[in-house]
Amino acid sequence: MPKTVSFITENFDRYDPNSIDSYLKIGGFTAVKKALTMSVGEIIEQIKAASIKGRGGAAYDTGKKWEQAAAVPGLNKVVVCNADEGEPCTFKDREILAKDPFRLIEGLIIAGYAVGAQNGYIYMREEYRHLRPLIKNALQAAEAKGFLGKNILGTNFSFNIHLYSGAGAYVCGEGTALVKSMMGDSGRPRTKPPFTKECGLFDLPTLLNNVETLAVAAAVVQHGVQDYIRYGTADSKGTKMICLAGNVRKPGAYEVPFGLTLREIIYEIGGGIADDKEFNFVQLGGASGKIAPASLLDTPYTYEDLAKAGLSVGSGGFLVVDKTTSVIDFLQAVQHFFIDESCGKCTPCREGNSQIAYIIAKIKDGKAQTGDLEVLKDLANLMRTCSLCGLGQAAPNALLSAMKHFPEEFKVLSLAG
Amino acid sequence: MSTNQSCAEPLAKDLALQIDQILANYQHDSNRLVDILLDVQEVVPKHYLPENVVTYISKELNTPLSKIYSVITFYAALSTEPRADYVIQLCDSLVCQVAKNEALKDAISDLLGIKAGQATPDGKYWLEYTSCFGACDVAPAIRINGKVHGNLTSVERVKEVLAQYK
Repeated sequence: MPKTVSFITENFDRYDPNSIDSYLKIGGFTAVKKALTMSVGEIIEQIKAASIKGRGGAAYDTGKKWEQAAAVPGLNKVVVCNADEGEPCTFKDREILAKDPFRLIEGLIIAGYAVGAQNGYIYMREEYRHLRPLIKNALQAAEAKGFLGKNILGTNFSFNIHLYSGAGAYVCGEGTALVKSMMGDSGRPRTKPPFTKECGLFDLPTLLNNVETLAVAAAVVQHGVQDYIRYGTADSKGTKMICLAGNVRKPGAYEVPFGLTLREIIYEIGGGIADDKEFNFVQLGGASGKIAPASLLDTPYTYEDLAKAGLSVGSGGFLVVDKTTSVIDFLQAVQHFFIDESCGKCTPCREGNSQIAYIIAKIKDGKAQTGDLEVLKDLANLMRTCSLCGLGQAAPNALLSAMKHFPEEFKVLSLAG
Repeated sequence: MSTNQSCAEPLAKDLALQIDQILANYQHDSNRLVDILLDVQEVVPKHYLPENVVTYISKELNTPLSKIYSVITFYAALSTEPRADYVIQLCDSLVCQVAKNEALKDAISDLLGIKAGQATPDGKYWLEYTSCFGACDVAPAIRINGKVHGNLTSVERVKEVLAQYK
């Protein structure tokens, strides 16, 4: 029996993403039609019952988020789709944008209807610029068919969607940075509150959802909760898109039910380690994720089991690394990424990442001393607690998990005297 | 950069017309600055934002020059340096490093005779290393003027790809 499933991805390669007619032929826009006959409360109840956790990485409960957004007072609200998927080893949103743009549009329309917004936005990373014509065409076609614009399908609900571009900044995946970028500014995060749900894009109440989150929401509305929660486990319902890459035989984006073990995902879906090399570790959820050694491979891929093992789903990335890359070399690559992508606004993140890189280089060169490891831990904990945004708070995850699981890699000189 | 110099360097008429069209596409809305700068950079020869172009946009959008430069210098995809006809971006993030992109870096540098941050003397190719652009399933990968080319694990593959950009 194949381990992968197709619920979120059910439309992939079944229609021509450039043609709304081919989408309509396979039952496209059923979700929107259905949603517009439902009350706002009914839709939110469905999303809550499906317990969809945010798929950008923060895993916040989507139903709760929609409920809060609907309750925020304000006549003018917006819904923003975060298509700034910047975590290394994450390309599942790219797959949805490229292969099923209309379902994403349906998700945005439904979200807009549910929270009482008049405008929706897609903030898409510059790196996916080649997908702009496709998304633009999809939006125009949806408007021409009356799924966007004034009085959608003869109802009182009017909604438009606008496409905005990022310009190569990982930090813009953070909500407050993202809205700044959409207002023609540098994307540096700000302190919260106010939260974006009350004061976001154009200082309006803003619901911010990831691409996959919106696609799941549309699929759940279309097929009903029961159809979705027949997959997964009691506490991690449904399915998830994952991205397998690195030293794995069959890299790619796949949809899995929650509950498979990491081993099943890496070896049965991913085909195991490329070139018959030996497994070293896997980093889950992007550069900001933790690394898991071979001893954790039988952990089920669920929110609760991963949490127990000190891991998390994050963006859905599975970066498989064989023994030709050492833990220390890998951590150098992680630091290289965060030094590049830190916006520099807060000291813990800006300085912490550089100092961690400095000590890791010392370890690599065999020049580190016992005290250095203490400093490393202090820096990591300081960043986790004191950084302004999620970037700095999550940047030391790989390091801390590596120190826990691979202590032998952190070689230090014994103190002289 | 010297402001006097840029004033002495007027904007070519056809480029000004192209920029006007881009600004019109966004209704001269300064909230759309990031999109505007990306679109303009695409039509400027050597894919960058020269001072006379930025000054022009600043006037048209009634937005301070300092603000526009703060945006350009913040985002990795925007450049104040002239690049080349073909901008080669080589991913230097985790997955591509795990996929041993060192060999790819060497192959491109050897074939073109340039390092990261340099253009070939004929102004045809520019090489830069970038953060992850989401082509991890085909790592190691590059982008040339935005188009992804992946699985570049041999010098022959790199040659084949470069041959498409004459």
